[in-house]
Amino acid sequence: MNQAQTASGPILTTDGIPLKVSLKKAERINKIRAFLLVLPLLVFILITFLVPIGDMLARSIDDRQINTVFPKTFEVYKKWDRQGLPSEEVYKTMFFEVKNSEGYQIGKASTRMNYSKSGWKSLLKKSKRKFKKIEEGPYKEQMIATDKRWADPEYWKALGQMVDPTTMGYYLNAVDLKYDSNKDIIQQKENRRIYNKTWIKTFKVSLLVTFFCLILGYPISYLLATLPLKYSNLLMICVLLPFWTSLLVRTVAWMVMLQQKGVLNNLLVMSNLLADENRWQLMYNQTAVVIVMTQILLPFMVLPLFSVMKTISPTYMRAALNLGASPLHAFYKVYMPNSIPGISAGCLLVFIIAIGYYITPELVGGKDGQMVGNWIAYHLKTTLNWGLCASLGAILLAMMTVLYWAYNKIVGIENIKLG
Amino acid sequence: MALPAYATTGQKLGYYSFLTYCGLVFFFLIAPIFIILPLSFSASPFFEFTKEFMNLDPEAWSLRWYRQMVGISSIGDTTVVTDKWMLGTRNSFFIGIVATLLATALGTVAALGLSRPHMPFKAILMAILISPMIVPLIITAAGMFFFYSKIGLTHTYLGLILAHTALGTPFVVITVTATLTGFDTNLIRASQSLGADTMRTFFKVIMPLILPGVISGGLFAFITSFDEVVVVMFVGSVEQITIPKQMWAGLRQETSPVILCMATCLVALSIALLTTVEMLRRRSERLRGIKHR
Repeated sequence: MNQAQTASGPILTTDGIPLKVSLKKAERINKIRAFLLVLPLLVFILITFLVPIGDMLARSIDDRQINTVFPKTFEVYKKWDRQGLPSEEVYKTMFFEVKNSEGYQIGKASTRMNYSKSGWKSLLKKSKRKFKKIEEGPYKEQMIATDKRWADPEYWKALGQMVDPTTMGYYLNAVDLKYDSNKDIIQQKENRRIYNKTWIKTFKVSLLVTFFCLILGYPISYLLATLPLKYSNLLMICVLLPFWTSLLVRTVAWMVMLQQKGVLNNLLVMSNLLADENRWQLMYNQTAVVIVMTQILLPFMVLPLFSVMKTISPTYMRAALNLGASPLHAFYKVYMPNSIPGISAGCLLVFIIAIGYYITPELVGGKDGQMVGNWIAYHLKTTLNWGLCASLGAILLAMMTVLYWAYNKIVGIENIKLG
Repeated sequence: MALPAYATTGQKLGYYSFLTYCGLVFFFLIAPIFIILPLSFSASPFFEFTKEFMNLDPEAWSLRWYRQMVGISSIGDTTVVTDKWMLGTRNSFFIGIVATLLATALGTVAALGLSRPHMPFKAILMAILISPMIVPLIITAAGMFFFYSKIGLTHTYLGLILAHTALGTPFVVITVTATLTGFDTNLIRASQSLGADTMRTFFKVIMPLILPGVISGGLFAFITSFDEVVVVMFVGSVEQITIPKQMWAGLRQETSPVILCMATCLVALSIALLTTVEMLRRRSERLRGIKHR
């Protein structure tokens, strides 16, 4: 039949166009139509969500702030050989740029300069005031006379870190490293090393929560998947109700449960298991974070596990038992391997959500339970060190992307089940 | 998985301890939510079960915190009006409803496109459209705070609504795409061959079939917006109070039992929403001819 076609030339439509071309055209139109339907949401997400995330990423390496306040100083500074003290010309341009800038600009720039060498902020604040009295040069000596820190080469060398409009400094800070005055990478001072500990703690808490969700979630998913429908529907509500309840409500509920005069401690005291003065400190520590997050994230483990277990035919287990396996052996050799897709989906999902948690650690974590998310919020609203905030966020986001990609490969993003 | 009649003592023991374990896990899941219900009727200003309260002493039970929640409270003889909770409720419903409508419209149309057999770059598009659900809220909040302040959207209702719409769309996309799997495209052809144009086909044939998915997606989007506090804190102004923001403030500063009253109301709301979504899901499965096993 194929030969007959080639003999009589390509098949034509009634318009005389070859069928292949016509089909391709129709397919292209369909593709464009489908894409046009998605386009509004794509543009919307791009503007309201992806661009802001990109803006944050840009901020994590952005170092132009000072360059815009002291542009001329940096021009002449670049010529300096970084030995001893800079020349009169550098002092002079610095003098005029400090004297002529607005106070708030100096404030902004000096905050950034303080990250490189602490002391810059107070030095500039003081100088801004004192420079008003200086009328004419030479400026170098007069500046040193107002404050002898102007004669300290360490301050001048620290400026060198800010010459480039981009910096990796915030990323270094986010893992407890920093640039020294020669732009070599060194460790932070002992007492300022907080972020590596926080990263480790975040992983530890997320892994613990994932582990507890698995050992609590696996049995109940098994029960839900094997019970007759009328019972399992009822019990499923117990899983779905927390899923639908406000996160804050659940956290409040746990505060009621765990605090010193809370339900749990009261029950223990009332039943004489615990002396009144030895009440457990269950709140405001890492244990509380793990307990509360386990309860909050458990539905995210149960739902994927349940949907996989639903597809495992009960005849497999029966066959194994029939062939002489003990129930435990049959479970371990037959049921468990079949449920592995559910285990990996659930664990990944719980871990992904746990690693970026903020609200619960903030409310029940106390000092000991703070995770990376809390430091991001702290720098965002308290210290206003937005570069560090953005770099911590960017590292977290990179980890999420890898996990998200893995989830997509293993489970498929379109298979996320909601209730 | 009932126990067979010939089960040995060991098997019985194992089975019942398994059931007990499951019971404890269900208790762990559900108990904290219900523990706050009675406590919201307590007269005590602390989050605790007092002895009088447990003994059902009428003095220890009161509606005073509920009165305070709706804006009436009395200190001594003077009546003080604290409007924050009601203001928060109004704001939460306003932002939530507008964001839900937007998210549902955008998400449904996009899901229709994504479910077409000819969709190019489907996987990557899906990953992008779902990403607002996956990215941690604190990162989203930081990014939005930086960018929205540049374009003057911080401290505005528009900014909050746009942010919540972005956060809600993934849920609509997921539920509607799920409803569309197994959608019989012959129905569209039949409608068109009978002379209906695209719009008529959409509203008369497609829409009634996917409506359960659209509504449950919308409800998910609504609860997401209604429950969201991190973005509101960073993008919204101090005056833009919503329920979760007021709860957050209440937990950080004064731990007032009004929080428990509001929490009770929210639990009631989530029970109502859950019931609706479950009913819709069953209806959708029936409509699409998927049988329950």
